[in-house]
Amino acid sequence: MSNSLHDLDEADLFLVTGSNTTEAHPIIGMQIWQAVRHKNKKLIVIDPRKIELTKYAAMHLRQRPGTDVAVYNGLARIIIEEGLADLDFIRDRTDGFEEAKEVIMKYTPEVVEKISGIPKEQLIEAARMYGKAERASIYWAMGSTQHINGVHGVHSIVNLAMLTGNIGKPGTGVNPLRGQNNVQGACDMGCLPNQFPGYKPVNVPENVERVEKVWGVKVPAKPGLTLTDMVNSMGTERGIKGLYIMGENPMMSDPDLNHAKEAFESLEFLVVQDIFLTETAELAHVVFPATSFAEKEGTFTNTERRIQRVRKAVKPPGDAWEDTKIICSLSKEMGYPMEYPSASKVMDELASVTPIYECVSYEYLDKGVAVHWPCNSCSIDRTSCGTLIMGTPVLHEEKFTRGAGKFLAFEFQPPTEWPDDEYPLILTTGRNLWHWHGGSQTRKVSSLNERSPEPYMELNAADAKKMGIKNSEEVEVTSKRGGITLKAVISDRPTPGVVFIPWHYKEAAANILTINALDPQAKIPEYKVCAVRVEKTGGGQKEPNRYSHYPG
Amino acid sequence: MGKLNIKINGREIEAEEGSTILDVAKTNGIYIPTLCHHPQLSVQGACRICMVEVKGLPKPVTSCTTPVTKDMDIQTDTPVVIKQRETVLELLLSDHPLECPTCDAGGQCKLQDLTHDYKIKGNRFEGEKRKVPVEEVNPFIRRDYQRCIQCSRCIRVCDEVRGIGAIQYAKRGFYQKVSTCADKVLDCIFCGSCVQQCPVGALTEKPSKFKYRPWETKQVETTCGYCGVGCSLTLHTKNNEIVKVTSRDDTLNKGHLCVKGRYGYEFVKSDKRLTTPLIRKDGKLTPASWEEALSYTAKRFKEIKEKHGPDSLGGFSSAKCTNEENYLFQKFVRVNFETNNLDHCARL
Repeated sequence: MSNSLHDLDEADLFLVTGSNTTEAHPIIGMQIWQAVRHKNKKLIVIDPRKIELTKYAAMHLRQRPGTDVAVYNGLARIIIEEGLADLDFIRDRTDGFEEAKEVIMKYTPEVVEKISGIPKEQLIEAARMYGKAERASIYWAMGSTQHINGVHGVHSIVNLAMLTGNIGKPGTGVNPLRGQNNVQGACDMGCLPNQFPGYKPVNVPENVERVEKVWGVKVPAKPGLTLTDMVNSMGTERGIKGLYIMGENPMMSDPDLNHAKEAFESLEFLVVQDIFLTETAELAHVVFPATSFAEKEGTFTNTERRIQRVRKAVKPPGDAWEDTKIICSLSKEMGYPMEYPSASKVMDELASVTPIYECVSYEYLDKGVAVHWPCNSCSIDRTSCGTLIMGTPVLHEEKFTRGAGKFLAFEFQPPTEWPDDEYPLILTTGRNLWHWHGGSQTRKVSSLNERSPEPYMELNAADAKKMGIKNSEEVEVTSKRGGITLKAVISDRPTPGVVFIPWHYKEAAANILTINALDPQAKIPEYKVCAVRVEKTGGGQKEPNRYSHYPG
Repeated sequence: MGKLNIKINGREIEAEEGSTILDVAKTNGIYIPTLCHHPQLSVQGACRICMVEVKGLPKPVTSCTTPVTKDMDIQTDTPVVIKQRETVLELLLSDHPLECPTCDAGGQCKLQDLTHDYKIKGNRFEGEKRKVPVEEVNPFIRRDYQRCIQCSRCIRVCDEVRGIGAIQYAKRGFYQKVSTCADKVLDCIFCGSCVQQCPVGALTEKPSKFKYRPWETKQVETTCGYCGVGCSLTLHTKNNEIVKVTSRDDTLNKGHLCVKGRYGYEFVKSDKRLTTPLIRKDGKLTPASWEEALSYTAKRFKEIKEKHGPDSLGGFSSAKCTNEENYLFQKFVRVNFETNNLDHCARL
């Protein structure tokens, strides 16, 4: 996030797109709701599904999945045409506007309506509302990014913020909601094929020197493969042969699981370090028992770049070891001893090679200071509500990291797979409130399992009627890659022509259906759009779930 | 907002105009007991326990609803006030089952504490008691409204803070109770904010029942391991087991959590946890010692690197692990595998 939760409610308008915030980021969902209800702030939701937030939204633009870039371009065009753009900001802080404008201007409300299905009047009204807001912030999540043109989607969102000068001030900004507890931190720490800690490109000599100086050995300067590329390379002659996985379960989270399984089975040697014998660990040659979040010391970095302490509350079970101990012991066996007396010493070393973490230390974290990177000064400020802050809660206040903010506009590009006669529906996947990712943790919590015991598919009532499917009836969902059987839940949440399946349930893993098509730059899979067919199995109507779909 | 001078218990205090007597007392470290008040919620003035005397006013007033005025002279603990508080407590206790030995709130119950503070013995108001069946159909929250003191904090937090409005008062007078729409089984987002607000044992955590007494637990402050919001958690542990999760009000999430953050901890002690290293032997994963597992792993990785080169190796790190673990993992891969084939599930 360019901004932080400290200034969230200073926005006059929230534009939430591709984020089912109340289920996937419940506390931020709650804060947005509070701003709307108690402070009279406006909310625009752009999402194909009638998610909870749409109940409080001033507007809900319901686009056809995969057409986001056209919608964002359309909004930008109206803002430019109606004179709502912040020309001073564009002149002083950005470049590339004229080139971008050429692309943007092609997206008239009529064109966008045709592509996305959003009525042009709605698009115009939303653009005016966003363009006229004093301070507007944009929140998005994987709904906008898990497409073959996910990167284009993000650039188009950023265009909207720069066009209206909504960046670098409290209550504004471009705010991607990070999905996992420490996905931000894992990126910050350089668990990326092209960057060392602190987003320093591996092919720049100066960056190589920085880590080599601290680590005392030579490190490779050639960028490596991304996760999705590594999986695709497995089984090929020059592909990955040996893999070390820590705390990840790609056999639930990868697209096109049947293909992924073949890939992992082709490995000469697979090591999995986890707390459970996951679907991936079952394929491993060696499994290391590791620790959960409650059994170790360390830090997580949240979606607002805030570094927070994780503390040990219980001892790990049996002979499970802390992950740091496993890594260091294995490193010693490999011939490079690593030893750290405590997690705090690891932080001290990582701060020395990660410029954005320069002044981060346990001393401040343990005092309860809210530390946001980039943190290059140890001075502490106090907010109006008394919170102690270090670092940078709001990014890009004076200038962008690269100097001028770059406008980049792109043409709309249809998803890899559109519905056809054989597979007439669009499948989109995501989370629900009750479970987490592949379910290796939450499916072992009896109360959560009782509340949400089984896989299901959301189906629009009009589609259900056409196909003669009743609520809670068993159906088979098939894509070109495989099929799963589960219960249909009929509601008005998905648009007609679209079905939604949460991907938490291994009995009917949604990723058996999804397509292994990647954004060429980010290598993110297109989880949000693929074509499927839904048929009754003849298994009839099942007992409906005792609880409502999403209450409240 | 201007400042004005007031006196509490004879002490001269400069107060913020528009604040209540209770706010000013709290800011200045003067204790006034409360039951229905919480700074995040609208003011109710329902419990009458926070009464104070103000010079010049005929009767004591509720400090949580009364704004300070110029030269106000307040006394928080006069015999009249104390007598009133005792009466309020007696009235509450007249319709409150004294199940303290088996109540999960025992030891952290505000009614219990105040009864003890004000030395309440016996009761002048013995009479008919409400009969409300306990509802524990849902897997998370046990609702025992016989213990309810009708402070309405659960109703207010659900409506004003969480935006759900799953509960409301039903009926009137003696029969008034907190109820769901048409008295149906509770079906909400199960965030547990109502349980955290309940000052007595009317709302308790079902998964924690009979697992601990509050004074037996240790509390550890940490960060939630589910989504990227990073809510602060307080883990309550007993005998090496997490028995309850709460959150403090002075955190980024202001004490509020979601159903997973509050109730999703059971996996930690699951009997499906891995407890020993495993090595595949004759096609089957077989328990092994750490020594064997580590040296075998290092040997195999070295062999593959030797045979196919560094770029035949790779590592997947984890968005669930800590910064320290991720830092060491990428260092391990870059130094030992000598490749940048390194990634994690950010894209998934």
